[in-house]
Amino acid sequence: MRRIFTPLTIVVAIMFACSPILIAGAPYESTMGLIQKIFYYHVPSWFAMFTGVFTCGIASIVYLFRGRPDADRVAASAAEIAVVFGLIGLVTGPMWARKAWGVWWQWDAKLTMALLVEMIFVGYLLVRKYGGPGSDKLAAAVAIFGMANVPFVYESVNIWRTVHPKTSVVPELARTAPGMAGPFWFCVLAFMLLFALLLTARIDLERRRAALDALYLAEED
Amino acid sequence: MLTAIASFLLLLAVQQPPPGQGEFVPISQLPPGDRLPAAPLLIAAYAFVWVALLVYLWSIWRRITKVEAEMHALERRSTSGSRPR
Repeated sequence: MRRIFTPLTIVVAIMFACSPILIAGAPYESTMGLIQKIFYYHVPSWFAMFTGVFTCGIASIVYLFRGRPDADRVAASAAEIAVVFGLIGLVTGPMWARKAWGVWWQWDAKLTMALLVEMIFVGYLLVRKYGGPGSDKLAAAVAIFGMANVPFVYESVNIWRTVHPKTSVVPELARTAPGMAGPFWFCVLAFMLLFALLLTARIDLERRRAALDALYLAEED
Repeated sequence: MLTAIASFLLLLAVQQPPPGQGEFVPISQLPPGDRLPAAPLLIAAYAFVWVALLVYLWSIWRRITKVEAEMHALERRSTSGSRPR
């Protein structure tokens, strides 16, 4: 894990340093203009958030049914990172909305469900921190519930009438706006690598905490 | 009374909307006072992303440092406690 950490850090730093140049060179969207460039960080942050949610959910399933402590460490780490990326998405989205829709927030299906998933994982972190003995298993159940909500968040724009753009924007980006596709997927890759980097660091923290707990227990004996 | 209300409602129904309200108006045709500048919002969004990620990285580093310090202190205590007197 430590061997890949430094090269990964360098790669991520370079990608994020280059991303504003690529974003500035991307074409303007015809109706929204400059504000649409929030897209290049807003959407990848949600990609990273959902990756964190699925990582947490799957690790929680492994922990609940196999009892593996390393799976619990992965779950706790991924949940915290998912909350951070979700916060980024929930802040950048309203900034875009204020210009594009004229309002900071709409209680439509997509936005409301995204907020709910974020709150579920904030709840996961609170349960882990303050829940006491057995809270790790309770939190794992919360994570599975949260993970089950993500497909609804993604498909909500296709199921209900919402003000948010539909899911077809990203898959058809190469056809509808080829100049935007390159910078967009570059930013997606940057955010995914950043997620991997943060997950690596955060799991290391959990592993060290476990080692510290073991040392305290050994001292008591 | 009812006639007055009915007349008022009929008057509302036949009123034409102000020009441009019934259709899309491009931003370039809006009066300057109605235009919200995009640059401050865009800059604030990107600044928030960078700051949030850097703060989170710093918080992980700080927590790892704290745990490492506790581990070293515990190891020193265990070593000094096991030395023969």
